[in-house]
Amino acid sequence: MLENDLKFLEETFKQYYFDHFDFIHIPDRSLEREYGYKKFNSGMVRHISLKTDKDLRLMLMTNVPSDVFCSNAYYSFPNLPMAEKDWKEADLIFDIDAKDLNLSCRKDHTCVKCLSCGEVSLLHDTCPKCKSNKLDLLSLTCDNCISGVKKEVLNLVKILTADLRIDDKNIRISFSGNEGFHLYVTNSPYNQLGSKERGDLIDYIMFRRVMPERFGFKKENPSRHTFPELDEAGWRGRVAKELFGSKSKRSKAITKIISDGKLAYQQILEEIGKNSIGIKIDPNVTVDIHRIFRLEGSLNSKSGLAKLACDNIEKFNPYAEACLIGDEPVEISANSPIEFRLKNRRFGPYTNEKISVPKYAAAYMLCKGIANLV
Amino acid sequence: MISLGQDEIAKYPFLAEAGQYLNDKGFTLEQFATDPDLKIIVDKAYERIESAAEGKIYNPKADNSSDKDIILPLNVFSFLIAIVLLKLSGHNTLINRFSLAEARRAEKFLERDLVSDSNKTSEEFAIKIFRDIFSITIKKAGGYFVIPISDYLQHAVNFHELEWKLVNRHVENGMVFLSTHESARLIRKELGGYISSRIRAANTPSMSKGFEDKVHKLSELAKKFVVKTIVSTEYPPCIKHAIEVLNNGENLPHFGRFMLATFLLGRGQTIDEIAPLFKNAPDWNEKVTRYQIKQISGETGSNTKYSCPSCDKIESHDMCFATPDCDNIINPMQFGKKRL
Ligand code: SF4
Ligand SMILES: [Zn+2]
Ligand SMILES: [Zn+2]
Repeated sequence: MLENDLKFLEETFKQYYFDHFDFIHIPDRSLEREYGYKKFNSGMVRHISLKTDKDLRLMLMTNVPSDVFCSNAYYSFPNLPMAEKDWKEADLIFDIDAKDLNLSCRKDHTCVKCLSCGEVSLLHDTCPKCKSNKLDLLSLTCDNCISGVKKEVLNLVKILTADLRIDDKNIRISFSGNEGFHLYVTNSPYNQLGSKERGDLIDYIMFRRVMPERFGFKKENPSRHTFPELDEAGWRGRVAKELFGSKSKRSKAITKIISDGKLAYQQILEEIGKNSIGIKIDPNVTVDIHRIFRLEGSLNSKSGLAKLACDNIEKFNPYAEACLIGDEPVEISANSPIEFRLKNRRFGPYTNEKISVPKYAAAYMLCKGIANLV
Repeated sequence: MISLGQDEIAKYPFLAEAGQYLNDKGFTLEQFATDPDLKIIVDKAYERIESAAEGKIYNPKADNSSDKDIILPLNVFSFLIAIVLLKLSGHNTLINRFSLAEARRAEKFLERDLVSDSNKTSEEFAIKIFRDIFSITIKKAGGYFVIPISDYLQHAVNFHELEWKLVNRHVENGMVFLSTHESARLIRKELGGYISSRIRAANTPSMSKGFEDKVHKLSELAKKFVVKTIVSTEYPPCIKHAIEVLNNGENLPHFGRFMLATFLLGRGQTIDEIAPLFKNAPDWNEKVTRYQIKQISGETGSNTKYSCPSCDKIESHDMCFATPDCDNIINPMQFGKKRL
């Protein structure tokens, strides 16, 4: 990142933390958590423990991080190296990101940035300017993706509350600051689970490694009545709804399943797991019991938007509500082949244009790497 | 911890306080070593170890005396004396095998007791074992047992078969539904671990003349099962786990064998050193094993030398048992070499 751009973003982020420190949600039992941060243009600093809110404020003001993280785990000694921290337990965390949904709208709001010459262009396999194939994909705002992720989040919440019997009150949902949502489950019996156990939970939630027998197709002579009913609890009920649609269609569908054979049924189950009923969480996040996870209320350097809690996810409009940087005009040179929307305002497309935009839009484009200060 | 009746103690003798039990029955260890009338119990104890070593579950031939008051204590005595003999011989392989066989024996009783509608005490006792020893709250619900998902997961992850995966289980309202058989099966491994840890924790008595002969025979017996392995402390958890699976005579899936062999080869061990590790595998065949290791090492076949799979790969086969010591390495070969 260019020196000027970097300075601008640092100042902008610093201003945000100065004005909006109250947006930061300091998690429960903060003393037992590990904090970490990244600075623009440099690596991760971890193994920090913070005694008070003041320490956190000081860290933000003096280091001006591009990103701030806090562990889902609780430790006796959060500031020691990993092996000596003495892990106690860890909140169950989930990350659902638009890129994992892979919706068809995605190609319409993704552009590429050439890593060799810096050219930003519409989606191509090679850079139209220098033909390099080292490209970065940049996805810009998309309401369709956000509503897709929201749906996924709500389905996840259903499984957590119904199947896993997690109390609503212990689930906290926040917008990730880019194009996803994070879920925290605190105070649950699942806090004690290690990675391996969480791995099994992940397969459950993603509906992976399913056996056809469990969903009705018994070994030799399959019998119709072992197939799931629509009103059953858990996955059997969801599978029935997905495959049969309604009670009246169930019988016919089962006839077909039996005649197609067990292997075909297994493939169908795998397919619906992957593409419809399985929840598209990022397994690497949930399995990690030593993760430092973006701190709620901090800014995301991929966008300049804040990671923000949402009490009512259905109504939450991240591109307006999490866009918390000021709106004084800033002169930039922008190169964005596609448009995007922030604070209900449309920006772009821009082709190497000098423009004046509100600060939040300038920060967004600088973070995305599709503009420079002039 | 748990108060035991005579019935229970015979079924689950590992729950007894050994010294206390002998005392209560009016015996001393010394008597077993010297009293010719008690020699039969020492013989039985030896048989019990021997059958365990061979992978059988101890099931004494129905003695003709049907007097419960005699048979039950006999069974307990033979268990307790078996432990004395094991301690005196000091052979870990025998202790492991014995523990596993005793666990499977107890598992059978547990399974029966969990559904003994006629005998509420047995049922309650079995449920108590789950709770007090393994911290699993198990409840009866119709024809099933239900246990909280988080408890279930902590035990079920020890199984590699798909049917134990949560997604293939009846899950409702935070609970997993299990049959009686599955409930008992769920804790077999831990039961074995529990028994062996009790044995290891017990004091080793001093050698008595009367036990010498049996202890000597145990050493002979142990030779059959000795696996010379070099288990250094710097092995990562996934490798330790694989070795443990093999040592317990359980089946290690192909990928696990591949991982283990490539890892040990990578650490400079030879085929001669590695092959015996697989000796306890249910499908052990020396020739095939050596051939396979040779292939992996690149000594035969395609001449491709395989290297140890990455942690990601191992994880995806459910064979990663990462601990904080693994922190951030990407291949087990790096274990212990990289510092933070
Ligand atoms: S992280 Fe790597 S080294 Fe550690 S247990 Fe898993 S596979 Fe083994
Ligand atoms: Zn280029
Ligand atoms: Zn989209």
